[in-house]
Amino acid sequence: MVAEAARGWMRPDGPTWVRWLGGGWTVLVFAFLYLPIVLLVVFSFNETKSGFRWEGFTLKWYEALFQNRVLLQAFGNTLMIGAASTLLATVLGTLGAWMLYRYRFSIHRTLEAFIFVPMIMPEILMGVSLLVLFVILNFQLGYLTVIIAHVTFTFPFVLVGMQARLQGMDPFLEEAAMDLGATPWQAFTKVILPYLMPAIASGALLAFSLSLDDYIVTVFVTGAESQTLPLKVYGMVRVGLNPQLNALSALGIILTIVLVLASERLKQPAKGM
Amino acid sequence: MGGAAFSDTAASHPASATAGWKAWLLLAPLLIWLGVFVALPTALLILTSFSKRDALGRVIYDFTLENYLNSFNPTWLTIFGNSIFYAFLATVICVVVGYPAAYTIGRASPRVRHLLLTLVMIPFWTSFLIRTYAWISILSEQGLANSLLLASRIFTDPLPMMYTPFSIVLGLVYNYLPFMILPIYTSVEKLDNSLIEAAYDLGAGPMRAFSRVIIPLTKPGIAAGALLVFVPAIAMYAITTLMGGGSNPTIGEVIQNQFTKARNQPFGAALGVLLMLLFLVSFLILSRRKNVAHAA
Repeated sequence: MVAEAARGWMRPDGPTWVRWLGGGWTVLVFAFLYLPIVLLVVFSFNETKSGFRWEGFTLKWYEALFQNRVLLQAFGNTLMIGAASTLLATVLGTLGAWMLYRYRFSIHRTLEAFIFVPMIMPEILMGVSLLVLFVILNFQLGYLTVIIAHVTFTFPFVLVGMQARLQGMDPFLEEAAMDLGATPWQAFTKVILPYLMPAIASGALLAFSLSLDDYIVTVFVTGAESQTLPLKVYGMVRVGLNPQLNALSALGIILTIVLVLASERLKQPAKGM
Repeated sequence: MGGAAFSDTAASHPASATAGWKAWLLLAPLLIWLGVFVALPTALLILTSFSKRDALGRVIYDFTLENYLNSFNPTWLTIFGNSIFYAFLATVICVVVGYPAAYTIGRASPRVRHLLLTLVMIPFWTSFLIRTYAWISILSEQGLANSLLLASRIFTDPLPMMYTPFSIVLGLVYNYLPFMILPIYTSVEKLDNSLIEAAYDLGAGPMRAFSRVIIPLTKPGIAAGALLVFVPAIAMYAITTLMGGGSNPTIGEVIQNQFTKARNQPFGAALGVLLMLLFLVSFLILSRRKNVAHAA
């Protein structure tokens, strides 16, 4: 009886006041996460250059941004490096995951553990160790070295995502294809690859956004001409407040929201896994 | 991130064949990439840390322990200590701030939960440069906080908030908070309601149910969050440089300086190897608990 009564007013999530407290706290946490970003966007439309007095709506900082040669060129580099490294990382990660899934190698366990090294290694250590390598090999620092670095820290994420998808695959899918007369290559390209497509797309999206965003590794392995957008932005942030940076940040935030929603979409069909 | 990330047994085909030479050939790109761009550079970094440099800053591969002996100097030890302290403080604040939010998200109805999770993912994926700049524009001398304080006439001079340990820790907390919320959320979501009800049935109040049942059951999430916050935060340098302005350097900043400005690669490499050891030790301690890995 007593227990029954207790259950009535005490839900597993605790009494009402606990839930209100938790809810209120959560609102504050989201305010903490979003308020600085929202302010940044709001003040990208402000007329005055400095200070936080609202002086009227303007788009001039966006105009200035789109005429900023240095930033545009860096953005071009970022896109080029992002596309090249995403392509390489996706191929390397997909092929690697498939081979590890399909065959037994004598070094299997070591290899599977080793794939996590570039994922958890502090970025600064990856940056300096790649720099040491490139200097010893006499590699000219530039686009190539940046692409190599980006592939190194992105492909393990593609590979691990692919392993999760492979885990949910019907192991006899390939066999069935071959029973129906497909060669191993046809089975792979016509049956396996289409099944893996959502994981390939979300892996590529992940690789691209990691590449787009990277500052810490890139700063060590870039040459003068292959400077990416984050490097230029870092330089501007160090100098001080600049409404062009607000405008750029606002665009970056919109891009992030689009990417997050896109990856949510990609996750939907794979929900059962 | 991926649930399978740290699991012992990854996917394998039930009929997986023992690899022949063709399979090895197809595996070669992966092996070569990991060997040449992960293993080899790490080995070279260690090698460099035991080397000398000439007057021009070029590395001479001649064995010496000098770089390590130089590292054990109060200046560098203090910086190591500061880096650990900032990372530790940021982790504790992330747990205290993030736990109730993660708990509320985990107990919300599926629709609300999905919405709130997406709202956590957006800052998670927003460039750290944008997020750091957002706080700089609030905290700097001409920033929003000081504009408000001066306008309110409580203060006559701007309050120095940037380039302090406060701004460094704030920058870390702001950057890493989603990394704490997500794993805690994962373990809250798995909570078995009947265990909490049992605690109430047996006469526990909300406080006791929380401290004796809920916290122990969500501990793997907290540990995984700590792993994802503390370990990378020790080595983080870009945020701490921007928020600390060089006045309170962290170990990452010193390493970067040795490689770029001071052109003392062997010494920078030695500090890097020490950072790697510190990183490995904290990683091993935090991931010792077996189920931590799965919540990550």
